[in-house]
Amino acid sequence: MTYQYPSHGQGQGYGQGSGQGQSYGHGYPDSPTAPVVAGWNDDRTGWDTPTAAWSTPPTRARVERPRSGEHLLDVRDLWIEFATRDGVARVVNGVSFHVDPGETLAILGESGSGKSVTAQAVLGILDTPPAVVRSGQALFSGEDLLTMTPERRRQVRGQEIAMVFQDALSALNPVYPVGWQITEALRSRRGVSKAEARRRAVEMMDLVQIPAAAQRIDDYPHQFSGGMRQRVMIAMALAMRPKVLIADEPTTALDVTVQAQIMDLLATLRAELEMALILITHDLGVVADVADRITVMYAGRVVEHADVHTLYGAPAHPYTRGLLASVPRLERRGQGLHSISGTPPNPVAIPAGCAFHPRCPYAQQMCRMTEPTLLRIGRLDRASACHFPPEALDARHA
Amino acid sequence: MPVMPEPILRVENAVKHFPITRGVVVPRKIGAVKAVDGVSFDLRPGETLGLVGESGCGKSTLAKLLMRLESPTAGRAFLKGHDLFRMRAGDLRRLRRSMQMVMQDPYTSLNPRMTVADIVGEPFEIHPDAAPPGNRDRAVRELLEQVGLSPEHANRYPHQFSGGQRQRIGIARALALRPEVIICDEPVSALDVSVQAQVVNLLERLQDELGLAYIFIAHDLSVVRHISDRIAVMYLGRIVETGTADQVYLRPTHPYTQALLSAVPVPDPTARARRQIIRLSGDVPSPADPPSGCRFRTRCWKAQPRCASEEPPLSQRAVDPHPSACHYAELHQVIA
Repeated sequence: MTYQYPSHGQGQGYGQGSGQGQSYGHGYPDSPTAPVVAGWNDDRTGWDTPTAAWSTPPTRARVERPRSGEHLLDVRDLWIEFATRDGVARVVNGVSFHVDPGETLAILGESGSGKSVTAQAVLGILDTPPAVVRSGQALFSGEDLLTMTPERRRQVRGQEIAMVFQDALSALNPVYPVGWQITEALRSRRGVSKAEARRRAVEMMDLVQIPAAAQRIDDYPHQFSGGMRQRVMIAMALAMRPKVLIADEPTTALDVTVQAQIMDLLATLRAELEMALILITHDLGVVADVADRITVMYAGRVVEHADVHTLYGAPAHPYTRGLLASVPRLERRGQGLHSISGTPPNPVAIPAGCAFHPRCPYAQQMCRMTEPTLLRIGRLDRASACHFPPEALDARHA
Repeated sequence: MPVMPEPILRVENAVKHFPITRGVVVPRKIGAVKAVDGVSFDLRPGETLGLVGESGCGKSTLAKLLMRLESPTAGRAFLKGHDLFRMRAGDLRRLRRSMQMVMQDPYTSLNPRMTVADIVGEPFEIHPDAAPPGNRDRAVRELLEQVGLSPEHANRYPHQFSGGQRQRIGIARALALRPEVIICDEPVSALDVSVQAQVVNLLERLQDELGLAYIFIAHDLSVVRHISDRIAVMYLGRIVETGTADQVYLRPTHPYTQALLSAVPVPDPTARARRQIIRLSGDVPSPADPPSGCRFRTRCWKAQPRCASEEPPLSQRAVDPHPSACHYAELHQVIA
């Protein structure tokens, strides 16, 4: 009855031909057969979704390398402010990241780091005002989400990019049955008939492994457990077969055994449906389990990004280093945890220079004066926003 | 083995059932939610007992029972030899000085209309002999310093502090009466990782300095591992396995403990390949109607007919010298 995580073969491709450091192909076992999703191989006649991928299950998800410089979702230099009573809160300050089909990007940050606001801006569900998107682009297949017409935006939201929220109980509508909610978009957008919608709701609930789906379709959210509610929300997000799924702290409210089930499910569906998954979380354990690449945010800025093995094996930024050191580990009982002194800054008064400098053990005069830029380190797709390269930090630490 | 000191707190068969009633005018009892259903343990001076389990297993109810914030249905709990569960209000109030509590949510457990000095000094209002009126300001300032806050903060209000700082205020309040036991109910769950480490370190330092005994309740098994000397794993109102931290984490014998530990995410991507997650099917059954026999049997992959008919006692099993409530206890290492 043991279970292994599904393979993460999609992570390959990083560091290829770099000729330095370890090979990142290791640690990604390729399973000979793709994991089978419940109900996946059923006869799909009558399932007339626009994408053929529904009816022909992929043997193995692959990263389709887009032409150079073009990603499925490419967020560039995003700046977001909030007008508050205490002043202007600079919540997102020049954030860039991208995802490609079939890969999992984790946006890692503590509360107040701007990770959720970034996701909300990409999806277009940010309340403006009080929020103001100052500048930036969010290119989805080359089209800017931030400047498109509201009509076009509505077509993209839900159908192309969907979101799973943290608290399923408050994200689901308590007065409608779950089956109705799962297929709401299908009925309103695709004009699917009631009978057909019911059939699809059952299929979606099977897909997310809700037992006895046909019997539970008319149940209300409060009749489900926390884990099952989260599955309902995933089914709802996937009903339109989006290309990008944004999951904002999807398991934070759940117990560990249920968390493992939900993360399994997301990883499996991501591979099966060749989606790009953006996982927003503060949990370093969950990230290590499922992410291909990681973007670390602090005070509304990207301080580091790297593939998962590099980030955990050789973190470059002092914040990432401190964060990893302060996680208590299951396997050892140490004397005193490493901790980062101080608290994250108030977005109304972000420190000058490097936002992390008041808490940074390596901080120098220049850190207080000049804001470091996100600079590439060595290989492609690894960068850190610190004045000092990792080797210099290591030398100082020794 | 060194000679074990006398336990400062001994809990014997604590039970808390919440009645389920039907009828508005004449309520009839039609059942009971068995939140805590026969829990026994000892806590020795200066040690930390970690209580772990998933939501709904009764760990927070147990904490409230021990503080007598809930009245127990049955059982006994001796704090320094006095039975907490059978005590009158006046005696209880005096005894409570020895046992204090730190709450989970630093945002709702501090009164927003009181200053920090009032919050931390409030225990002295209830127990005037703990600090003479003239000395209270000084006592409050000392407490604030002890938990790493500046004494100048005494006149501020809770909303002016971050989550970690508020939790420090809650700890200072718990320390005011110089207790010997502190019950920490999820004290770091609401905090960010970097701040969580600060509060865990503070709790450990205070334990060393003041010889406190902690009951540390948390659902984060890594934090519990870090701080605890002994661990008790709860499932549906019962302790299913208990022992030293090493025994429970490195040599678990109860299937539930094994499943729980295997599901904890490991902050190391190289562990992906060798991790074996034991997948539990289904959800925790309702504590209003727990399964017969072993309560875990409905989700257990080892369940036999005997598990439905006969409840396994929490007793020492042949495989390892620590108590486990499983008929078929066997060693299975799950932490890589």
